[in-house]
Amino acid sequence: MSKTLFAPGHTACAGCGQSMAARLVLDAAGPNTIIVNNTGCLEVFSTKYPESCWEVPFIHSLFENAAAVASGVESAVKYLGKADTINVIAQGGDGGTADIGLQALSGMLERGHNILYVCYDNEAYMNTGVQRSGLTPFDTNTTTSPVGAVSIGNLRPKKPMPEIANAHGIPYVAVASSGFGQDLQRKVKKALSLKGPKYIQVHVPCPLGWRHETNMTIQVAKAAVETGLYPLIEYENGVLSSRRQIAPKPVEEYLKLQGRFKHLLNKPEEIKKIQEIADNNIKKYGLKAEAQQA
Amino acid sequence: MKELLEGSMAVAEVVRLCKPAVISAYPITPQTHIVEELARIVADGRMNAQFVNVESEHSAASVVLGAVATGVRAYTATSSQGLFYMSEVLYNIAGMRLPVIMTTAARSISAPINIWNDHQDVVSLRDSGWIQFHAEDIQEAVDLHLIAYRLGEDKSIMLPVMVCMDGFILTHGLETVDMPSPEQVDKFLPPYKAPYKLDVENPLTLGPLVDPEYYTEARYALNKTHEEALALIPKLAAEFAKVFGRTYNGLMEGYQLKDAEKVIVAMGSVCGTIKEVIDELRAKGKKVGLLKITSLRPFPANAIYDALKNTPKLAVIDRALSLGSFAPLSAEVKAVFFGKPKKPKNISSFVVGMGGRDITKDSIKEIFRLMNGKDKQAEFIDLKPELLKESYD
Repeated sequence: MSKTLFAPGHTACAGCGQSMAARLVLDAAGPNTIIVNNTGCLEVFSTKYPESCWEVPFIHSLFENAAAVASGVESAVKYLGKADTINVIAQGGDGGTADIGLQALSGMLERGHNILYVCYDNEAYMNTGVQRSGLTPFDTNTTTSPVGAVSIGNLRPKKPMPEIANAHGIPYVAVASSGFGQDLQRKVKKALSLKGPKYIQVHVPCPLGWRHETNMTIQVAKAAVETGLYPLIEYENGVLSSRRQIAPKPVEEYLKLQGRFKHLLNKPEEIKKIQEIADNNIKKYGLKAEAQQA
Repeated sequence: MKELLEGSMAVAEVVRLCKPAVISAYPITPQTHIVEELARIVADGRMNAQFVNVESEHSAASVVLGAVATGVRAYTATSSQGLFYMSEVLYNIAGMRLPVIMTTAARSISAPINIWNDHQDVVSLRDSGWIQFHAEDIQEAVDLHLIAYRLGEDKSIMLPVMVCMDGFILTHGLETVDMPSPEQVDKFLPPYKAPYKLDVENPLTLGPLVDPEYYTEARYALNKTHEEALALIPKLAAEFAKVFGRTYNGLMEGYQLKDAEKVIVAMGSVCGTIKEVIDELRAKGKKVGLLKITSLRPFPANAIYDALKNTPKLAVIDRALSLGSFAPLSAEVKAVFFGKPKKPKNISSFVVGMGGRDITKDSIKEIFRLMNGKDKQAEFIDLKPELLKESYD
């Protein structure tokens, strides 16, 4: 067995934030874990027959049903009397979670299954070639929200998935980032220590779709957090219990690293709108570090 | 023990005796009585099972997929639109070789919306990889569930099985049923031992990405297994008779075939009506018979050939359509005889009983009568031409 439960040798792109995050999640969860995966990049690059990265039991069924398949796995585990010793983790990308898989996820959360759901958010359908999803940010250039003579990119801000999950009255919701690995692993361990449905959303840069250098994955992920565009928060029993405080940087510091936002850099009025999204986050979640608030 | 039971109650009871660990379903008419009864049984502690109330049929099928993949027995039931909503998952379950067992209360499909019985839902799923059985009556519906678990979970098969029973006619009808005892069921159906499962002691990857180097063989093997099921079903039928003291006909059942000059081929509850008509016509000296197909998948082509090769006139009843082409069961029955040395002189195709329109004895007699002329193609019986005159002009 390799040092990690997510073996190297997979076929993810260089600099893939999702492969990094998936390894951190699984290693935090440990060997007594069953993984249920939606269709998407992660399943494709880690399970090409006859090879597999997964040194724990793993099942992939369809694009939108990991939460429901996991509900069946968890019910069987409960029937077998192993509910206290086995973790069940369902996971998928942003499209498989917030769009096509939202119904199955909502059912899983509402029914109270003892499952951790992890959404790897790379903010578009990367596996099919960078199409816009419900978690694609405002003004992003994707292949189905292209910039054109009468378009500035994606029309709508991100769907508030952490709040949607939290509205189900579940014990734990967290937002994490592949730029903050220890924080991610702490959140996974905390989630697995609690009974009931849990939701963690992890920001995972995609060099191909975001068009940044493959050695910049961590910096890009960190910049999203440090500008206030991707707040790292935790809800426990519905109450905001932690947020990673920052000395907010202007959003250009994040946008300029990525080709998907290149079209905005000479459009101050659009940058202003994106800065407002960050400012609202900073205010809403109290992200500004104490020293900065004076 | 013989009891007067509603079809849904009888099915719920036989499912209880089969001891699934996980039951998951979403309500749709006319499947509801079955899952309501199972929910009551679980709520009363008469059965140790996890009952998972889901938000859709897609998730019901996904829950039982996950449960069987974890190594336990599972059960679901649906109908019509629910079956269609499940269909993506159903193909996936078969491809993943997971023996999920499901009851389908066969019902028409929308539009127009209609909750009554025909076979358009289930017949549309014939290519999904599921074994598909059709029950003639409530007794057969009960018996087919026992066969379904035993067959699907056989290590040489490992396929899901769908037991189709005509909506309302069988799900809500009452019949005297010979219910098996728990001891008989335990004898016939041992606990499920999964040859592969999600197990932290022995981690496996299920549902991998398979490229052109391997995909063909996976689908070939699935098809081959259906052939193996064809051979196994009659053996299980023989064993069934020994354990339960009652005959179950396996792939198909012939009724008054021996010297029959006119034979109807059909599936499901209409076969009961056809048998009555045959008895009446036989009393008048008419040489008529029935071939009831119980197993639509695997399709018993060779057995059908042997049973009907000397029959002069054949009529196939479809309660489904393949819109724009031949009626589905008729096309398959005709294919049985293509290129064979013997075949019926005539094979006609009739469509009857759509969306719950009653199939009366007169409907069946009309079919026997129409078999005298030249071959009919998807000829609708009991059609009301006056309703076809309305237009938007």
